[in-house]
Amino acid sequence: MASAISIKNLSYSYGDSKILKGLSFNIKTGEFFVIIGPNGSGKTTLMKIAAGIIKEQKGRLNILGQKIGSYTKKNLAKKIAFVPQMIPTDSPFTVSEVVLMGRAPHSGFLGFSRQKDVEIAMQAISFAGVEHLAHRRINQLSGGESQRVFIAKAICQEPEILLLDEPTASLDLAHQIKTMDLMEKLREKKKMTVVMISHDINLAAMYGTCILLLKTGKIISLGSPEDVLTFETLEKAYGCKLLVDKSPVGLFTRITPVPQRYLEEDKQGGPLPRKF
Amino acid sequence: METNEINPHKIIKRILSISFFLSILLVIAIFLGISIGSTGSGIDEIFKAVFSDIDVDPLLSAIIWKLRFPRVLLAALVGAALSLGGLVFQALLRNPLAEPYILGVSGGSAIGAIAGILIGFSQYPGVTITAFAGSSLVLVAVLAISSGHAILKQDTLLLAGVMVNSFCSAVIMFLISMTQDARLHSIMFWLMGDFTMTNFTQVSILTAILIPCFILIFLLSDSMNLLLLGKEMAVTMGVNIKVVTLILLITTSFMVSATVSHCGLVGFVGLVIPHLLRLIIGPDHRVLVPASILGGGAYMVFCDLLARALPIQGEMPVGVITAMIGAPLFIILLRHSRV
Repeated sequence: MASAISIKNLSYSYGDSKILKGLSFNIKTGEFFVIIGPNGSGKTTLMKIAAGIIKEQKGRLNILGQKIGSYTKKNLAKKIAFVPQMIPTDSPFTVSEVVLMGRAPHSGFLGFSRQKDVEIAMQAISFAGVEHLAHRRINQLSGGESQRVFIAKAICQEPEILLLDEPTASLDLAHQIKTMDLMEKLREKKKMTVVMISHDINLAAMYGTCILLLKTGKIISLGSPEDVLTFETLEKAYGCKLLVDKSPVGLFTRITPVPQRYLEEDKQGGPLPRKF
Repeated sequence: METNEINPHKIIKRILSISFFLSILLVIAIFLGISIGSTGSGIDEIFKAVFSDIDVDPLLSAIIWKLRFPRVLLAALVGAALSLGGLVFQALLRNPLAEPYILGVSGGSAIGAIAGILIGFSQYPGVTITAFAGSSLVLVAVLAISSGHAILKQDTLLLAGVMVNSFCSAVIMFLISMTQDARLHSIMFWLMGDFTMTNFTQVSILTAILIPCFILIFLLSDSMNLLLLGKEMAVTMGVNIKVVTLILLITTSFMVSATVSHCGLVGFVGLVIPHLLRLIIGPDHRVLVPASILGGGAYMVFCDLLARALPIQGEMPVGVITAMIGAPLFIILLRHSRV
């Protein structure tokens, strides 16, 4: 299968500190690719390079078989959409205005929209399930609602690859699942390649088709959730005690971090199973 | 449920209708501006003087065409440029307190103007040229200080501007404290904004400078909307933010320098008009840019009219009026808006 994103020997540093240290891997088209790893592992930097926000320093990054530097900003925006970690929740624009702005890379003079742009925007709004919010302003919405609006904006951009930086970070359980379901639907119905960063390994296990585990700018593990999310690999990466078992729902790998006090109780023969 | 809520032509209709309304306002303001003054003539006589060329008192005709008309046009241009400048800087720096002078343009042109007045240059073209030279120098300095990558960090730019302005204020105070003769009066009037010394050449030159700036900024109004969603989001929606930011910064500062060098530091209009318009017509810059040009122009002509008409003797600085009307008006609107 063709690669949506292919990366070879990619390095990046801010001043003296090396953030990414010679990464090489491919993201296949149609994948639900989840990047996990401890804080400071370089996940966001990696995503910002792929989104064209910061420039690669060493190595190569190809988007759909073409060097990222060879795209104009507008052409890259037709291929890749990005939903940043900090979405502008204080924006005074209305939901439909913001979603329609997603047509920016496709539209011409002053961003005036044609009938076709409007139709695509309406479809994106209903695909993301935010029709009922269309007239509201962004600054009147909750965090979960505005998150879905910006995903709708990204859908309206009609990209082949969708990048999301911790889209579920500040959401309640229902909105987390709604957001993840939406991305799964995008992958299945719109054939988009979805790449997301997440700190929630359980969500990664439930939705990811491929998982990349980064630590201090290096790849610790890459592969299917079953291969990557093992007790040995995760403990090595995160440096804390974890319980890895199967969730009774759907038999997903389930990861439970273990509080310090249980470890102490366990030494004295506490209530937990002995094997972590 | 309303259906078909997004109409593709709605935005064009909005731009045209709001521009049309504000144009009428501007024309009315200009007409009132040339009608009212210390030589009390009836409106009907003014009408005759403007719309026909027979039966007109040559003195009245001269007052209208040689004195009031260039002055009113200058006021309209200044109001337009300063309001648009404020609008652009508020969007670019994402700071509601941003105003057209924020990058140090005011301090630089004031030093230039004061130097020109102290040397003994005439108001035009001498002081105009020194003021423009001063503001250009400061602008280059500020851009150099925050050059390279830092230009995208609005705080660096903002702080560089504030520091340069503070330094300039100190120099201005020093120059004023050293001046004792009648030139002090000219300096104070320049610092408060002054439309009295205007002729048609000045107005035509300023028009020729400002119109291309207005057009360029309008063409980038769509990118300004995207920039409001944050720089990262704007980049990934196809905006070349470095180029857009640089063009907007330089065009706007150039426009403001050219303006203040003709009339001195007219204050407040650039801060309040963009906010007023945003409260009334919303955040879309494709509408706000033409609205700021026309609305700011009309507002300034109206304020200048009051500055001439209100005092029994002489006139007061127009900057007094812009703030005295603008601030309360803005507070009233702020309290009534649901933002």
